[in-house]
Amino acid sequence: MEIPKSFLGYKRENGRAGTRNHVIILPVDDISNACAEAVANNIKGTIALPHSYGRLQFGADLELHFRTMIGTGSNPNVAAVIVIGIEPKWTKRIVDGIAKTGKPVEGFHIERTGDIGTVMKASKKAQEFVMWASEKQREECPISDLWISVKCGESDTTSGLASNPTVGNLMDKLEPLGVHLCFGETSELTGAEKVCATRGATKEASDKFMKTWSAYNDFILKEATDDLSESQPTAGNIAGGLTTIEEKAFGNFQKIGNCKFVDVLEPAEEPKKGKGLYFMDTSSAAAECVTLQAAAGFNIHLFPTGQGNIVGNPIEPVIKLTANPLTVKSMGEHIDCDVSKILSREMNLSEAGDELIKTTLKVANGRLTCAEALGHREFVMTKLYRSA
Amino acid sequence: MSTDIIIHDKKDNVGVVVIEKITPKQDCKCWIMENDSSVNIQSADEIPLGHKIAMIDLNEGDTILKYGHDIGKVVKAIKKGQHVHVHNVKTKKW
Repeated sequence: MEIPKSFLGYKRENGRAGTRNHVIILPVDDISNACAEAVANNIKGTIALPHSYGRLQFGADLELHFRTMIGTGSNPNVAAVIVIGIEPKWTKRIVDGIAKTGKPVEGFHIERTGDIGTVMKASKKAQEFVMWASEKQREECPISDLWISVKCGESDTTSGLASNPTVGNLMDKLEPLGVHLCFGETSELTGAEKVCATRGATKEASDKFMKTWSAYNDFILKEATDDLSESQPTAGNIAGGLTTIEEKAFGNFQKIGNCKFVDVLEPAEEPKKGKGLYFMDTSSAAAECVTLQAAAGFNIHLFPTGQGNIVGNPIEPVIKLTANPLTVKSMGEHIDCDVSKILSREMNLSEAGDELIKTTLKVANGRLTCAEALGHREFVMTKLYRSA
Repeated sequence: MSTDIIIHDKKDNVGVVVIEKITPKQDCKCWIMENDSSVNIQSADEIPLGHKIAMIDLNEGDTILKYGHDIGKVVKAIKKGQHVHVHNVKTKKW
């Protein structure tokens, strides 16, 4: 198949391109959710991103909070942003961070005004933003403007046999075209970590990966009260035939094809070394991982599933693929790309990779994903430790 | 062309059932992805889609190989053709 050289995206002020044109209402903290949701309810075409944190955090955990907030607002799938927080200082820090992209952003704080006054002021600005954004047209963008993140979930053995290698085949075909790629799930590489480390493009990248994996593994071993058999693999994984974390890890690892990673990113850190594949240190929980990848600037997500994970994200479209014929049959409304014919050998991996590229471009051009149509907007902050 | 079981790597001692289920004493066709070759095996258990079958006899302490790599240890002896899962295999990690 000849791979299209372009897609229709929204060009942004900083040179990036979006596959979506969202106007978001971003609460700085948990207690500003109500206000943000009221604004999104008032002004049609905007979306609120409620979440559970943002108060009394400190140190690296607070820095991650800011990085996730600023990164989410800065993502090219977002046209404009309203930021609402309880206090002015942290609200302003997020507004200033997003403003560096050149996109419209305005902050409101609730203290000394109250919810109702803040909702009124923020709604007026949100209306202005959404009407401005609605005039934006999709334009031809080079395929290298795609930043593709990947994460698998509710995996089973069909994931390692077929849907994850399909993503790997897509990576092998798109990497030479200059796209950015990202995989994560530090804990779910356990058992395959040494093989994964050999896929660093440089010794520095390999060493950084091993250091990152070891730190995560040490943390798990320190906190674990049993053998993690209830969590890794999950009950769903086990029902699907996966027996151990090692087996899950080698299946997971198929997603990167033959690509080598150029760098290891902190959670929600924007890649800075140009095109190619990046590893990001993330949890293996679906919504947490995708939220971090979206905050790093990735604008389209590929999500292979076995037993049927249904996750979505408010700003980054999440494309589901599966090779499990029972999942296609029983929960087809969640599956954007069916590659189950690989198992019956009616389709080979390269054909499946081509199908996934076609689906990815359709979604990049504006086709809604199943998760978008079904209203999945899971926005979950990663928290490193307890607040002060 | 029809395949009941797929094996990732020729070094593997387990295969994955890719039809809805296999029944005891079923003669199964296996396809080895790595070198595109075929082998046959008779099942000993009923094994559902996505679950693993032992391609050889395995003793307690043996290593399970899948993708050509170590994915855990045998904790209860397994006969060729039997179901391989959490009841007879455990992680070496956590």
